[in-house]
Amino acid sequence: MKSILIVVMAVVTALLRFLPFLIWNGKRKTPEVIVYLGKVLPYSIMAMLVVYCLKDITFLRKPFGIPEILASVAVILVHLWKRNTLISIILGTAVYMILIQGALSIILHLPIL
Amino acid sequence: MKLLKKVMIKTFPVLTGYLVLGMGFGILMIKNEFGILAIVAMSLFIYAGSMQYVGITLLTAGAGVFQTALTTLMVNARHLFYGISMVEKYRETGIYKPYLIFALTDETYSLVCNEEKGEDSKTYFFLVSLCNHFYWVAGSLIGGVLGNMITFDTTGIEFSMTALFLTVFVEQWLGTKQHFPALSGLSCSVLCLFLFGKDKFLIPTMVLITVSLLINRKKYGELTKE
Repeated sequence: MKSILIVVMAVVTALLRFLPFLIWNGKRKTPEVIVYLGKVLPYSIMAMLVVYCLKDITFLRKPFGIPEILASVAVILVHLWKRNTLISIILGTAVYMILIQGALSIILHLPIL
Repeated sequence: MKLLKKVMIKTFPVLTGYLVLGMGFGILMIKNEFGILAIVAMSLFIYAGSMQYVGITLLTAGAGVFQTALTTLMVNARHLFYGISMVEKYRETGIYKPYLIFALTDETYSLVCNEEKGEDSKTYFFLVSLCNHFYWVAGSLIGGVLGNMITFDTTGIEFSMTALFLTVFVEQWLGTKQHFPALSGLSCSVLCLFLFGKDKFLIPTMVLITVSLLINRKKYGELTKE
């Protein structure tokens, strides 16, 4: 039964990936509207993926999304500055890991806060 | 050789992310008493990160075929989007095409969607897809073999995926004067996240984005023409 379910997951995933290519295959010219969507969608999708990655943030409870926000800002600023994907990712991830692995709880417990 | 170097550099962020997320998947599978074979089979043939994590829940909860199919449809519907936007770019990729389509994950999409069609773009697409697939299978295999032996605290390393998408987003933003599609994606996603909650917002978001892009086609369609 379990191997059947794995097959089902694999087949449905592949179907979703193949469907657009089966509909607009090589023999027919791709309709204008799909060409248009193909050009503008990457921008919208990347925004959607960023939101999707950050969907688990809870603003009302500790840590109030602070690690995610600080690390995201770090990624954006470093990337605007250096334009080097690797540096931005490594630095942003390091910031996030340091914050989430304890640095933040120390900061949040400072007497002044 | 130059191409291979480019592929290595481009896929490096995915290497780190996939090794970690793949290992996480492998470890979870072992903890739920699945074997190495099931781990490798899922990573090799399903090859969809978040779906595989959801898949563990389905498998252990004894879900039926219909429920499994429906859940997969919901979780992975965004892949329809990737397909639609890659129809033109992947058009003349010859024998690579079936594999390129099969291996079009979120991360692979983020690396190929802005690539201009060029002389060796076909090979580039293929190598990126293959490397990423390999990282993912390798990661889950390592996770499955090592099980609970890992002591290094990797909490938070999954942020590398978020960071990857953020850098692509910034690059795209700097690369165009036309910010409507990006802003539309952002606002529709946030709106739907609040309206529908984090488990159900992707599909309404996709519908809303498509509608907003289509409504504004007259306005922006001309500008995006080559």
